Amino acid sequence: MDYGHTIRGVRHNFANLGELMARATPFRSGDALAGVAAASAEERVAAQYALADVPLRQFLDDLLIPYETDEVTRLIVDTHDAGAFAPIASLTVGEFRDWLLSADATADRLQGIAPGLMPEMVAAVSKLMRIQDLIQVAARVRVITRFRTTVGLPGRLSTRLQPNHPTDDAAGIAASLLDGLLLESGDAVIGINPVSDNPATVSRLLRLLEMVRERYEIPTQSCMLAHITTQIAAIELGAPLDLLFQSIAGTEAANTSFGVNLALLKEGQDAAQALDRGGICADGIRGRNLMYFETGQGSALSANAHYGTNGTRIDQQTLEARAYAVARHFEPMLVNTVVGFIGPEYLFDGKQITRAALEDHFCGKLLGLPMGCDVCYTNHAEADQDDMDAMLTLLGTAGVNYIMGVPGADDIMLNYQSTSFHDALYLRQLLKLRPAPEFESWLSGEGFDRLRRDSDTAGGTLDALLERRLLA
Amino acid sequence: MTFTPANSKDGIEKADGDSERPAQLSARLRSRTPARVGLRRAGVTIATTELLDFQLAHAQARDAVHASLHSASLIAELLQLGPMWGAPDAAAPILLHSAARDRRTYLERPDLGRSLTDESRQRLAQSRCDTRYDVALVIADGLSALAVERHAVAVLKQLLPALTRLPGGIQVAPLCLVEQGRVAIGDEIAQKLNASLVVVLIGERPGLSSPDSLGAYITWQPRAGQTTDAERNCISNIRLEGLSYELAAARLLFYIREATRRRLTGVALKDPDSVQRSLPDEIPSGD
Repeated sequence: MDYGHTIRGVRHNFANLGELMARATPFRSGDALAGVAAASAEERVAAQYALADVPLRQFLDDLLIPYETDEVTRLIVDTHDAGAFAPIASLTVGEFRDWLLSADATADRLQGIAPGLMPEMVAAVSKLMRIQDLIQVAARVRVITRFRTTVGLPGRLSTRLQPNHPTDDAAGIAASLLDGLLLESGDAVIGINPVSDNPATVSRLLRLLEMVRERYEIPTQSCMLAHITTQIAAIELGAPLDLLFQSIAGTEAANTSFGVNLALLKEGQDAAQALDRGGICADGIRGRNLMYFETGQGSALSANAHYGTNGTRIDQQTLEARAYAVARHFEPMLVNTVVGFIGPEYLFDGKQITRAALEDHFCGKLLGLPMGCDVCYTNHAEADQDDMDAMLTLLGTAGVNYIMGVPGADDIMLNYQSTSFHDALYLRQLLKLRPAPEFESWLSGEGFDRLRRDSDTAGGTLDALLERRLLA
Repeated sequence: MTFTPANSKDGIEKADGDSERPAQLSARLRSRTPARVGLRRAGVTIATTELLDFQLAHAQARDAVHASLHSASLIAELLQLGPMWGAPDAAAPILLHSAARDRRTYLERPDLGRSLTDESRQRLAQSRCDTRYDVALVIADGLSALAVERHAVAVLKQLLPALTRLPGGIQVAPLCLVEQGRVAIGDEIAQKLNASLVVVLIGERPGLSSPDSLGAYITWQPRAGQTTDAERNCISNIRLEGLSYELAAARLLFYIREATRRRLTGVALKDPDSVQRSLPDEIPSGD
């Protein structure tokens, strides 16, 4: 198939589907860095016209990254559900956008086609969509997952409590943890990014979280965001591990740079599943989703692992969508696009970060993933708290499953700004969203009451925790 | 014009009126972590002082990212270090510039921040002699010129005398100062100066509470465009509230000595001091 479009007699040609996808992508610094961005604004729109005419089934025939050399491509192709694809099989990318925005695309139908969608198809259509399109369609899709809480229900917004500390100090972590719990944070997960990636630290901090969770009977799950091999080793040490974390990307080569592959992810999932730690959720269903994945546009490029068929460089948004195919295979509890963490050479400013966040949320949801978003930025990006407030509010309207909860929005270990406990309260109040049902019940019950009483009493259990008497 | 909350009998609602979060608890939480815990509230969000504290920290970090390096005054300070080489006639510092012409280019194009302009290459070629140096010292603004201006000279004052006292004698190349430079620009500089090892002192990405943190990267036999990050050792967080100049210089000296002895840097070379503060291994479940 030839890819091109003529505007007033001027022909814009695109060498292949990968190049077409990149040229059609709304501008971002990472694509310019990779040398794949459109050379002009007109060329970008020409590419979008051309992309709109590409049949969806073309993505099945014209693989962006070879089947033979990339296990992510093999996973995408081998698990593609032709039956689920059938209702949309005759559409072009442009017609697919029109259908998604029509009343015909109900929540049930969107859920039905998900196994028939390749990530490249979803990435392609997102490139033709404005922010309101991305929000409108994503808001129709509900992806519900369960471990001890149920995340993703309509009218709910959950949070990951992120009580990081620059030296993994247990009392310091406990202080941020208690602050967050008292501000009603932590119903998606309590997840710590440890400084030191070793099984002993992971085990120790998991036991700290377990102790607090049991003492106050908190319906939530804990997680240590260390490398998957470190967490598997912690399981072997007997650590009480709930969710198993890993960063993933959209090419085999990028995943190799992270030290993972599909077999290792499966091995980890089996090990965590064998612990059988999920609870009975509010609807009586036992929680079985336990993987927690983080992704972000630009990770493949930063690992120089962004090459496709015949050396074509693939744009960062398409590769991000491919990471969701990896995630989808493991029926995760949570997927989080850490969109603004990577820095301005990939997403330069608040505008680029915000668009990327909504693209990621849309693509993930359409593929059937429980998408959360780390609404965040670094100090060398052209962004500030106003950008984050706008992005947070947009994601709330799009129905994001969960956001982060960091004390005062300032992560003192990872050195970036995310959303605060207060930001989550703002969004819940504004959009009338409630926490996960199990957690909501806890907030009005004996466990939370005890936590508050303890926190009011100097010398009580909380002080014992903070003073490490319980930890030493 | 005044705004009167409907549910407030005296018309004023103080941010601190949150009876569920007593100030005492906030103080206890804050004594355990530098995180922004126990913040006073206004409704569900944070109170004005807390808001402004955050904005100030971000403003300082932004200013640090965009500050230009005052090269002339830094060179004047560096010239005074000359005698510390043990050679009073030590060559003057060489001022270089990366291919990133300004800060925006630097932020968007990391590849340009890692390579020199042609003019800088010529300048290096002119100062090259037949001497083979053991160590090249490179100072680059990185993401915080402020860090470099505040701490680089102080670290060198600790390091240089110790270096020259090393048994066997260490040949130190002329100091290089790079504007709009990233860590890897030191690789090409060291090659052009014919040095076996390069130390790059560079401004780190500012955090909200650390606009002036200096990093040091040590690389054995660097090769421009080829050396990977796994082949470097790093000392981070050099600033008044972080790692002291003395400790930073001691670690640098350790790396330089060990790298020269074992002829490598990177993951195979572990810093004996970098062991994490140890935490108790057992957490009993009872009170």
